[in-house]
Amino acid sequence: MNFFFHIGRYFSLLARAFSRPERWRIYVRKLFKEIESLGIDSVGIVAVISIFMGGIITLQVAYNLQNPLFPKHLIGLGNRDTLLLEFSSTIMGLIMAGKIGSNIASELGSMRVTEQIDSLEIMGVNSAAYLILPKIIAVVFMFPFLYILSVFFGLIGGLIVGPAVGAVTATDYINGIQHTFVPYYVFFSLIKSLFFGFLVATIPSYFGYYVEGGAFEVGAASTRAVVNTNIMILVFDLILTQLLF
Amino acid sequence: MIRIESLYKSFDGKPVLNDITTEFLKGQTNLIIGRSGSGKTVLLKSIVGLLEIDKGNIFYDNRNFTTMKQEDRKLLRKEMGMVFQGGALFDSLTVEQNVRFPLDMFTYQTAGEKQKRVDYCLERVNISKDAHKLSPSEISGGMKKRVAIARAISLNPPYLFCDEPNSGLDPETSKVIDELIHGITVDLDITTVVNTHDMNSVMEIGDKILFISEGKMEWEGTKTDILYTTNQKLQEFVFANRQYKEMRDERKNPKPD
Repeated sequence: MNFFFHIGRYFSLLARAFSRPERWRIYVRKLFKEIESLGIDSVGIVAVISIFMGGIITLQVAYNLQNPLFPKHLIGLGNRDTLLLEFSSTIMGLIMAGKIGSNIASELGSMRVTEQIDSLEIMGVNSAAYLILPKIIAVVFMFPFLYILSVFFGLIGGLIVGPAVGAVTATDYINGIQHTFVPYYVFFSLIKSLFFGFLVATIPSYFGYYVEGGAFEVGAASTRAVVNTNIMILVFDLILTQLLF
Repeated sequence: MIRIESLYKSFDGKPVLNDITTEFLKGQTNLIIGRSGSGKTVLLKSIVGLLEIDKGNIFYDNRNFTTMKQEDRKLLRKEMGMVFQGGALFDSLTVEQNVRFPLDMFTYQTAGEKQKRVDYCLERVNISKDAHKLSPSEISGGMKKRVAIARAISLNPPYLFCDEPNSGLDPETSKVIDELIHGITVDLDITTVVNTHDMNSVMEIGDKILFISEGKMEWEGTKTDILYTTNQKLQEFVFANRQYKEMRDERKNPKPD
């Protein structure tokens, strides 16, 4: 029963968020701020995590392909396809749910408990649209870029770590990442990243927007937001993989 | 003028407001008083539509707010200004941007006109130019309340609501805020409703006073009447501070010069 209540309220919040803005100019200005704070400010962490991720995958693949019958370029290929198909979309989605999701939930939660959201409503502003819509557009817009950056930095990570530890030569690695490239993998993951972006923006917005209480509840809502977003990302990963392959 | 007729509000079946009927008059500072938990904030939030009421009617100058469509309510809300207990200033905006926000959202004024209005509103609440570019976290509690008042009046609303405007302020700053609210009410000839449990505010600015206890309207009158009330609950509330008992006794039996 509680589950259906939350689902109903989530969709009614989305309906309010997608209603016509009072003043486009202000929303566009806010959208650019959100693109900066939620998207561009995440580039650093995406780069760092992806470099490490790419390096680790390269090492793991290398340790599992020690048989001399396996050509070395498979290490680069393994890293590329793992990044393209799962890590740069799903794992990055999970990490972004932690970074962006907790940011959104705590921001909206704090605004709720300090009556800033009520204040918007009293002015006649659609608080759901004003606060949530720019975040949804910003995150959905930025996620495919973050995915592409993550793949790029992941491949760089493999290129640094693989030759550095002697697991693969730079030439074999580069040959591997160019070998039997399937463009559909990129398309598939870009579709996934759009869905994940939507989940990362909307689920924490829901939990933050409806916080009741004080600072403790804001923290609890932030945690619930991240946990639920992570679960939904994995559920959608499963569904989309089944549907798109 | 705001008229409330037989207003009922409950939470999870538990009644919080019971049959409240009253009028808040234009050009007057109307106070809702009562102990903590008496239902003052629920009443104020019900009047402005932040809470949906169970039964009753709320009229804003004969426009029935209760039966209005959401779109019409939204339009009416542009005629309301509200000062929240903590100020509720937007953290991400500066003092000046907070006051300009309603103007940006709802008017087609030029940048110069908006700036003029922002300067006027901030000057009206005695905020110096130095503070215009500060963020809410950099100003004191009293200043936050004054900026919140400036933001509330920026669109020149005919209705002003203040929820516990003096909470957390020292007596001197409270007096400044009270005088400011009263001054704005008279100058702009608006209907102001203030929620308070501060007896000093009652005696300073209470043109009309509504006393509620346990969700019921117990008494209404003026600041002069309140000292001579026969309502026992109100007496307990007012005379909890001995100063007012002495004031009443002194008025009844003036000391010879």
